[in-house]
Amino acid sequence: MVLARSEVTPSDVKGARRGRPARGTAVRLGLMAVPLAFFALFFAYPVVAIVGRGLKDGGQWQLGRFGAVLSDPDVVQVLWFTVWQAAASTGLTLLIALPGAYVFARFDFPGKQLLRAVVAVPFVLPTVVVGSAFLALVGRGGLLDDLWGLRLDTSVWAILLAHVFFNYAVVVRTVGGLWGQLDPRQEEAARVLGAGRFAAWRRVTLPALGPAVAAAALMVFLFTFTSFGVVQILGGPAFSTLEVEIYRQTADFLDLPTAAVLTMIQFAAVLGVLALHAWTVRRRESALRLVDASQTARRPRGRGQWALLWGTFAVIAVLLLAPLVVLVERSFAGPDGYGTVFYAALGSAASADSTFAVAPLDALWNSLAYGAAATAIALVVGGLAAAALTLPRLRRGPSGRTPVISRFVGGFDALLMLPLGVSAVTVGFGFLITLDAPPLDLRASWWLVPLAQALVGVPFVVRTMLPVLRAVDSRLREAAAVLGASPWQVWRAVDLPMVRRALLIAAGFAFAVSLGEFGATVFLARPDQPTLPVAVARLLGRAGELNYGQAMALSTILMVVCAAALLILERLRPLDRSGEF
Amino acid sequence: MSTISRIAATAMAAAVGMTALAACGSPGGGSADAKTVTLVSHDSFNVSKSVLAAFEKESGYKVTMLKGGDAGKAVNQAVLSKGNPQGDVFFGIDNTLLSRGLDEGLFSPYRAKGLESVPAGLQLDKGEHRVTPLDYGDICVNYDRGYFTRHKIAPPKTFDDLLKPRYKGLLVTENSATSSPGLAFQLGTIAKYGEQGWQSYWKKLKANGVEVVDGWDQAYNDRFSGSAAGKGKGDKPLVVSYASSPPAEVLGKKPAPKEAPTGVAAGTCFRQIEFGGLLKGAKNEKGGKALLDFLLSKKFQEDVPLQMFVNPARKDAAVPELFTKYGTTIDKPATLAPGTITKNREQWIKQWSSLVLK
Repeated sequence: MVLARSEVTPSDVKGARRGRPARGTAVRLGLMAVPLAFFALFFAYPVVAIVGRGLKDGGQWQLGRFGAVLSDPDVVQVLWFTVWQAAASTGLTLLIALPGAYVFARFDFPGKQLLRAVVAVPFVLPTVVVGSAFLALVGRGGLLDDLWGLRLDTSVWAILLAHVFFNYAVVVRTVGGLWGQLDPRQEEAARVLGAGRFAAWRRVTLPALGPAVAAAALMVFLFTFTSFGVVQILGGPAFSTLEVEIYRQTADFLDLPTAAVLTMIQFAAVLGVLALHAWTVRRRESALRLVDASQTARRPRGRGQWALLWGTFAVIAVLLLAPLVVLVERSFAGPDGYGTVFYAALGSAASADSTFAVAPLDALWNSLAYGAAATAIALVVGGLAAAALTLPRLRRGPSGRTPVISRFVGGFDALLMLPLGVSAVTVGFGFLITLDAPPLDLRASWWLVPLAQALVGVPFVVRTMLPVLRAVDSRLREAAAVLGASPWQVWRAVDLPMVRRALLIAAGFAFAVSLGEFGATVFLARPDQPTLPVAVARLLGRAGELNYGQAMALSTILMVVCAAALLILERLRPLDRSGEF
Repeated sequence: MSTISRIAATAMAAAVGMTALAACGSPGGGSADAKTVTLVSHDSFNVSKSVLAAFEKESGYKVTMLKGGDAGKAVNQAVLSKGNPQGDVFFGIDNTLLSRGLDEGLFSPYRAKGLESVPAGLQLDKGEHRVTPLDYGDICVNYDRGYFTRHKIAPPKTFDDLLKPRYKGLLVTENSATSSPGLAFQLGTIAKYGEQGWQSYWKKLKANGVEVVDGWDQAYNDRFSGSAAGKGKGDKPLVVSYASSPPAEVLGKKPAPKEAPTGVAAGTCFRQIEFGGLLKGAKNEKGGKALLDFLLSKKFQEDVPLQMFVNPARKDAAVPELFTKYGTTIDKPATLAPGTITKNREQWIKQWSSLVLK
């Protein structure tokens, strides 16, 4: 099945539907109303309020503060390190994950689905858990220390490796997803015509893949540029990123002016990265000849291919699985040898007489309930946004200028990604000073957590839905309508079947991200309703073997739930271009 | 109507419906009705369910708890929502942050019942009763008994001891900028060596190989050789932690050992006192006062040690055996006036960072 993106041909538009631009605009604005309102209320308003409080003094904007903050050598050092480590992490991730992307795209091997789900688990695990697992591996007395006396904690290598661990799946899914659907016959044709293996790859595959690689690199850059937990836990106090500094200035010092300036700098940087990302995504959507991924993958042949396959397995085993295995091992390593002591302790916490004790089932239930609500919100907001972005792009006017509405839509696209680049503490403190009066006094409301989690989930929904929605051929709809179907029947018969799986995948991703979300949740969760990550962090904050062991056991439960969610997604993976993350 | 606008209409109807549902389903925030009282605190706050239930039954109030991250973050949240507080009572502003809260005017004066049983040394707002002392704990260097027995060295006792060559490279502490035990330890050295002398103390401590990590959990769980959680794989037998950490190490051990596997260097302690207060602008002031009385009641105070691993503020509150048997009583902890701390806090942390981390 060929799923090339349908291009609306000029004859479709011209003449037949005069006056459509106006109605198209109305529809588009209608679709955008809910997402816009959501972002304005739960993102822009709080963030602007908290930044404004830092930059305003007695009603006057104090823009001179930028100069003061930027001339501080400590801030310059932080900025430099933030950019440097993000660039280094991105480079290292690409270097390690691109061969993996090729292996997942072109080779067929048993357990592929399972492995694909497993490599995505780190991406949705909370950093408290990962930090602990990583330290168990590369820290003092860690596995590498025991074996070879190798310690990487509090070095920049620990940060870089942890970033690879987190973002491996981003590259494998974004690049590998497309790679698997590139028709290998094009490259073969080039070779038949006399091109060497490398030349064929360079001339045919690389240009087709380039935009996907660039998009993946920019996403990894964005995630590592705003890295917080990894840098705090693994880097030690000598390393600080912009995000860490914003957190310290806000939460520890309540130095809102400095925090506001730093937030604006981060904002500008993230906007720049997103603009570049949007541009590369647009380039990627140029028509490519795509085929069903299951037809391009085959069993590896020859020594080189087998070596590549096993090399990828080795990398995944050492870099991705080992930390997870260490975590599981620790959850079973009781004081008197291996056993389920810590799991049993978690079970008995249910009856313990303390508000601290959290029954694991309760925490799991809270996580699932928050996750379900957040997913519902993210699906509605993200789904409508994706639909708005799918409408045929308005064409340039006679003057050759892009219509205002189109530019606005482009900005809207980037706006949806912004929550990924703004510090949780900024949003959290912003919620506190804005959503504090009836009818929107949400500070003690159950809905606060799902709302904050949905902010992070929406970008994933949009990114998953968008390519699929764009691939629905509008001629199918028209054909159905011509054959007498009502608009509702058209939607049910044409759109729904094609979008349903993407919708499920988007839902699963939003759900998994909510399960692992920690930064905003720890701020907002009510103590009687802690989520799994919050309960883990609480246990890690107390002395004693029992608390630590329970934290490991809870982390293991969280990991299994995340993996299960992702595995179900893997089963639902449709034959299309979804999964840009 | 085109297909797309039909989809849009349906989806929007669903969205509006969901929002409406959300609005109905959300339990009201704050304590607008007089039957609930809201306690705002940090994540370490705990109370036995039965003790809390007894208060709810006696007073007729239902208690809602809101926790806002660690102690510093919780205080800053309270500062930001000044005048329109999240709840009625705040628990957990300590002497290192007290002045900030008092200067900002967060609290309404109220003299809680039972204050006469609290030692004068803990009452830092004696004249005005804007805040009530509720518990205290000491932050001290902990040592791994096993390590010092094996190496036949006596564990350190004082700040000065930590500079001795025999303890070179043995101590791990936390970043003052990001960890409250780390800051308390630094404040302890300032109390001991004065505003002039503390920097030279830290230069020497650095020369003696002190290591700094960002948070308490890494220092204690991963680096400290005496924590059971680290399974003895940590390589630092000295760590900055709490005087109550040794009893915590014994918790859940069967059979109970003769002494805790870790000990406390009594001459390195800085005392943190935690206070609670009625938030200005509280919606349920009457309930808030009842809640403060409860927090200082013997019943709650006796619940404090095992729930939060700190000492009760009331001297007549009984302390459990775990504390009396395995804990250390600190007679002369270091302290600093809250006003001095607030005035210098940021500058001290900056000086410390450039001195120790660079």
